[in-house]
Amino acid sequence: MDEALRLDANWVDYLLVALYFAFVLGIGLAARRQVSTSLDFFLSGRSLPAWVTGLAFVSANLGAVEIVGMSANGANYGIATMHYFWVGAVPAMLFLAIVMMPFYYGSKVRSVPEFMRRRFGTGAHLVNAISFAVAQLLIAGINLFLLATVVEVLLGWSLIVSLVVAALVVLTYTALGGLSAAIYNEVLQFFVIVAALLPLTLVGLHKVGGWDGLTAAVSDSPGGAEQLSSWPGTALTGFDSPVLSVIGIVLGLGFVLSFGYWTTNFVEVQRAMAADSMASAQSTPVIGAFPKMFVPFIVVIPGMIAAVLVQEIATEKAAGGEPAYNDSILYLIRDLLPNGMLGVAIAGLLASFMAGMAANISAFNTVFSYDLWQQYVKKDEPDEYYTRVGRLATVGATVIAIGTAGIASSYSNIMDYLQTLFGFFNAPLFATFILGMFWKRMTATAGWVGLVAGTASAIGIWVLSGDVLGVVPLAGQGAAFVAAGVAFAVDIVVSVAVSMVTRPREYAELKGLVWSETPRETFRDENAEVLPWFRQPTKLAGIALVMVIALNLLFL
Amino acid sequence: MSDKKTTPPATKTARAFDVRTFIAALIGLYGVILLLTAFFGTSEEDLAKADGLNVNLWTGLGLLAFAIAFQAWAMLRPVRVPPRPDDDG
Repeated sequence: MDEALRLDANWVDYLLVALYFAFVLGIGLAARRQVSTSLDFFLSGRSLPAWVTGLAFVSANLGAVEIVGMSANGANYGIATMHYFWVGAVPAMLFLAIVMMPFYYGSKVRSVPEFMRRRFGTGAHLVNAISFAVAQLLIAGINLFLLATVVEVLLGWSLIVSLVVAALVVLTYTALGGLSAAIYNEVLQFFVIVAALLPLTLVGLHKVGGWDGLTAAVSDSPGGAEQLSSWPGTALTGFDSPVLSVIGIVLGLGFVLSFGYWTTNFVEVQRAMAADSMASAQSTPVIGAFPKMFVPFIVVIPGMIAAVLVQEIATEKAAGGEPAYNDSILYLIRDLLPNGMLGVAIAGLLASFMAGMAANISAFNTVFSYDLWQQYVKKDEPDEYYTRVGRLATVGATVIAIGTAGIASSYSNIMDYLQTLFGFFNAPLFATFILGMFWKRMTATAGWVGLVAGTASAIGIWVLSGDVLGVVPLAGQGAAFVAAGVAFAVDIVVSVAVSMVTRPREYAELKGLVWSETPRETFRDENAEVLPWFRQPTKLAGIALVMVIALNLLFL
Repeated sequence: MSDKKTTPPATKTARAFDVRTFIAALIGLYGVILLLTAFFGTSEEDLAKADGLNVNLWTGLGLLAFAIAFQAWAMLRPVRVPPRPDDDG
């Protein structure tokens, strides 16, 4: 990134950004009044309506990595990027809602690692809680770093000032209002992000000559017409064979990676746990799935527009070089938006990056306070004590995130590696959870041994791949798909094998944790009979499924 | 969080906190500011950037319409807070 990206923000733009910050802090203050117990602070007292938790569910994931990364993929690979949303995210979100959420919400656990502890005891719990907490600190740092670079590049503030100001804002509202403040702000941020990106997309389409103009321009560009269809996506996976590429996308991205991410990641699941009833908890990911299917239209499409419209990217791409795809959306904002709309766009980007970081931090402080501090350090303190621990953990996490952001600024490759690495925890976690929920015979030892074996095998494949040593001829996304797939398979095989030779728990203890041992009423909403159809998660999920299949067919 | 109970009206509004009002207010303000910019601060250069499209005008109108609809929803279906066990009113 360089001087060429500096935007001519004037006082109107600054006013719009300042207004946004004022509202964010205002919500933090308002949410504080609702906090009287630790459950209020960490899980919003399980009191939020489904549309709020559903939008927060999407927003928590609509951070820097999503907006910058997916628009970059759009510029680089074109329509194939849609797979991340329509094959990846949405089916996994629906699966979480229908199959797994009843266990999480019905068992009244306060976090995903806590479910792990109730099902498999402390071995698997410690592995899960610690790796999750560390990963959140790291990802919060990356979000913060990207946030600060955008401020630095666009507005010309120094990196360190940007870092500290952004961190202080996030800290203030999450420490004041806990999860409620984070969730309410995520809902606000969702609308600000849409207000920024939707006009940008429409103006871009207008400039490039409508949808037809875009398809014509993309067909003439180096990627060619292939970039206008989603399958087989060989450029994306890096596989030469179209058949393998399709299998890689469906099983690797669609099944293992996405199911792993969406169903076990506490950052997401926490939003649903804050809902006010079983039906709302189940509806959370389903309601989130609707905006999620349309997010690529305002993220991937602008990336594609930038690839044909923005001088710096189009010429470099035509010359066969490596353009700065990550800056696609920033270039587009610079080229298309007048003052005024520019301010909304900057507010939207800041909103996105802050939402990501606040989500990481609010999930971190819950796991730190309930799963690590209360479980292993100080067990029987009064409730207010844990709220205080949570607030202090928030401060600590923010300070550490500033530190990791500092590391990210000097060693960007290390951060990429670590992030890939943490991605590998999800696939085996998903295998362990799903086996543990439906197979009562699975033992506690199998829980942690399977996790460790699965994660180790993923790391093994990745080290052998083109990204590091180059022994196995795979690179980029393809390597990640294969690594995740192997991790999933190894976890299942090892878990089954270990379960056969170790002693299972008393089946009576597994009530609420394993399907066959749980009375069906636990999983049903108490008002299930009287809910209108749009409050019934299964019906909504059916509609979402039909829509996402239609979208897939439309861009075949 | 000590003597909140001495001012019952304040507690009641706090409980009835509705994020929809915040969203409608911010997006509405954005709409108004963009419309003002569209009428008083748009140069030929700005228009040329987007091939003659007055971006601030259309976005401003869109945001304002959204804000009004959202506020209407909040007013037609206000938040009903179920009384908590520790509530005295």
